[in-house]
Amino acid sequence: MSGLDFDFAHLLAGSLVLISFMMLYQDRLTALINVFALQALVLAMSVAWQAYIQAAPHLYVTAVIALVFKALVIPGALHRIIKRLGVHREIETVVGVGPTMLAGIGLVALAMVVMLRVTAAADQLAREDMAFALSVLLLGLLMMVTRRNAVSLIIGFMSLENGLVLAATGAKGMPLVVEISVAFSVLIAFIVVGVFLFRIRERFDTVDVSALDRFREAQK
Amino acid sequence: MSFVPINAIHLILIIPLATAAVLALLPSYRLSARINSAAALATLVVASSLFIRRPAVGLYLQVDDLSVVFIVLNTLVGFTTSLFSGGYIAHEIEIGRLTQVRLRFYHAMYQLLMFGMNLALVSNNLGLMWVAIELATLTTVVMVGIYRTHEALEAAWKYFILGSVGIALALFGTILVYVAARPVVGEGLNGMVWTVLIEKVAGFDPALLNVAFVFLLLGYGTKVGLAPLHAWLPDAHAEGPTPISAVLSGLLLNVALYAILRFKMLLAANHAALAPGPLMVTMGLVSLIFAAFMLYRRRDIKRMFAYSSIEHMGVIVFAFGMGGPLANFAGLLHMTMHSLTKSAIFFSVGHIAQVKGTQQIAGIRGLTVTHPILGWTLVVGVMAIAGLPPFGIFTSEFLVISSTFARQPLLAIPLVFGLLVAFGALLLRLQGLAFGEPTPGTAKAHASYLPMFGHLGLVLAAGLYFPPLITSWFQHVARMLG
Repeated sequence: MSGLDFDFAHLLAGSLVLISFMMLYQDRLTALINVFALQALVLAMSVAWQAYIQAAPHLYVTAVIALVFKALVIPGALHRIIKRLGVHREIETVVGVGPTMLAGIGLVALAMVVMLRVTAAADQLAREDMAFALSVLLLGLLMMVTRRNAVSLIIGFMSLENGLVLAATGAKGMPLVVEISVAFSVLIAFIVVGVFLFRIRERFDTVDVSALDRFREAQK
Repeated sequence: MSFVPINAIHLILIIPLATAAVLALLPSYRLSARINSAAALATLVVASSLFIRRPAVGLYLQVDDLSVVFIVLNTLVGFTTSLFSGGYIAHEIEIGRLTQVRLRFYHAMYQLLMFGMNLALVSNNLGLMWVAIELATLTTVVMVGIYRTHEALEAAWKYFILGSVGIALALFGTILVYVAARPVVGEGLNGMVWTVLIEKVAGFDPALLNVAFVFLLLGYGTKVGLAPLHAWLPDAHAEGPTPISAVLSGLLLNVALYAILRFKMLLAANHAALAPGPLMVTMGLVSLIFAAFMLYRRRDIKRMFAYSSIEHMGVIVFAFGMGGPLANFAGLLHMTMHSLTKSAIFFSVGHIAQVKGTQQIAGIRGLTVTHPILGWTLVVGVMAIAGLPPFGIFTSEFLVISSTFARQPLLAIPLVFGLLVAFGALLLRLQGLAFGEPTPGTAKAHASYLPMFGHLGLVLAAGLYFPPLITSWFQHVARMLG
C-alpha cells in the first residue's frame, strides 16, 4: 500500500470522528441533521476510497447506499418531519455541552487505547480504521444517551452505524458487507418511518421520549 | 452456478417465507390462522427429520447437533403458539382490538419471524446469522406495536431503540472476529464461516477475540434480556399480543442465546483467550437476583411473567457460563423446559386477560372458581416455573445447583438465594390470582386448551421420566459446548 492511499483513507476516517464531535455540540435540530448529512457524505467518500484501494468493486454499492440513502434521502425526510412536527426549538440535552465533549474525548481515548493494543497484529490501515470506527460508535452511543428528542436519537443511532460501516469496510475482504449495509438501511428506514407512521406525533403531540415516560407514569 | 437440490434445511426456510407471502395477500383471518398453523406444522415435521438425516455443511447453511435441538424446540413452540393464536385473535377481532387488515399483517409477520429465527439457527455464517436476528427483531417490533395504543407504541419504540443498539454492538463484535480470523483463514467468505473458524480458532489473536466477545455478549445479551440490558423486555411482553409474548419468551430469547453460545465455543477453543465463563456467570446471576426482586413489585400479570423470563434466562446463562458437561446439560434442559412452560403460562394468561378484560393483577382473583380449567392450568404452570417437583424445571434447577456446588460452592449461595426469592414472589402472586373472592368477568373462555396441556404434559413427563435417547443426545451436545 502506497503512502498516499493510506494517508487519504486515514484522513477520511479521522474526519468521521471529527464530525461526530461536531454533532455532539449542535443544539438545533436542523443543524444537527445537516452535520449528519455531512458525515454520511464523508463516509461515502471513505467507502469509495476503500473500494478503490482494495480493488473491491462491491464496496462501491455500499458507498452509493451511504451517499444516496444516508446523505440525501434520510436527511431530507428528517427535515420534513421536524418541520411538520414544528420542533425547530433547541434540543434538550441531559448533560451540558462541556461535560459531553469531555466525555467524548475520554471515549475516543478509550477506543484508541483498546483497539490499537488488541489489533497489533493486523495491518496498519485496518488498525486505524478499527480504532476510528470504535470512536465513532462510542460517540454515537454517547449522543443517544445525552439527547432526549426522538429525532436526535435516530441521528445518534445512524452515526453509530456509520462507525460500523467504516469498520466493515476497513476489515479488508470482509464478506457480506453490502448485504449488511442493506440490512442496516432497512432498519433505519423502519425507524424513520416508525416515528412518522407509528403516529408518535399524532398521539403524543411530540416526539420527545421523556414525554412517553411521563405519559406512562400518569397511567399507573 | 451449480444446481443445488432442495434439502430439509432449505425447506424450513422456504415454507415460512412462502407462507408469509401468501398470508400477506389472504383477506380471511380464519383461513389465515389455519394456514399459519398448517405451515408451522409442516415446518415442525421437516425440522424433526433433521434428527435422522442431515444435509451436508455448506458455506452459508449447516445443521449440527447443537442447532438441531434449538430448531426442533423453535418449530414445536412455533406450531403450538400458532394454534393458540387462532383462538386468541378470534376474540380480539370480536372485541374490535384488531382489524382484518392488521391481522393479515400479523399472520404474515408471524411466519416471517419464524423464517428469521430458523435462518439464524441454521446459518453457518456469522454475518448471515446477524442479519437473521435483525430480521427477527424487526418483525417482533412491528408486532409488539400492533395494537397502536400509547403503551404499545412506547413499548415498541423502546424495544426498537435498545434492540437496534444491541444489534449494532453485536455487529461490531462480528467484524472484530473477522479481523481476528483474517490472518489465519485468509480473506473472503471463509473468514465468516463458523465451521471453518472453529477449526482454526486456536491460531487467532486472543486479545482481539476477547474484545470481540465483550461486544457480542453485550449485543446479543440485550436480546437475551440480561440485566442491565433488559429494559425493553417487560414492556414488549406486556403490550404486544399474547401469542407474541409467548414466542418472545419461549423462542426469540433462545435464538439470541444460541448466538452467544456459538461465540462462546469459538473462545473456548482458543486457549489463550479469556475464559468466557465468568462474564456469563456474573451477568446470569445479576439478572437472576435483580429479576427475582422485581417480581414482587409487578402489578401487570404479563409484565410479571416477563420478569420471570429474565430470571430464567439468567439461570440458563449462568449454567452455560459454568460450563462442563453437567452444567451445560442442565442449561440445555432448563432452556427447553423454560420455553415449554413459559409459553404455556402465556397461553393461559392470554385467555385469562381476555375473559377478565384486564391485565392488572389486582383485577384478577379467584380464577379457580370462575374458570376452573384456566385457573388450574395457571396454577400448574406457575408451580412448574417456580421449580416445584415433579416438573422438569425442578430437575434442571436441581442439576444447575448441584453442579455449581460441586465446583464453586460459594456461587451456589447467590444462585439458591435468587431462586428462592423468585419462588416466594410467584407463589405469593399465584395465591391471589387463583384463589380468594372472584372478581367480575365470568364469561366463558373460548380457549384452545390443547397447546397448554401439551406443553405442561411434556414438562411433567420430563420431570418424571426422561427418555434415555434424549438424555444421551443432550449429553453429547453438552460435551460439544465444552
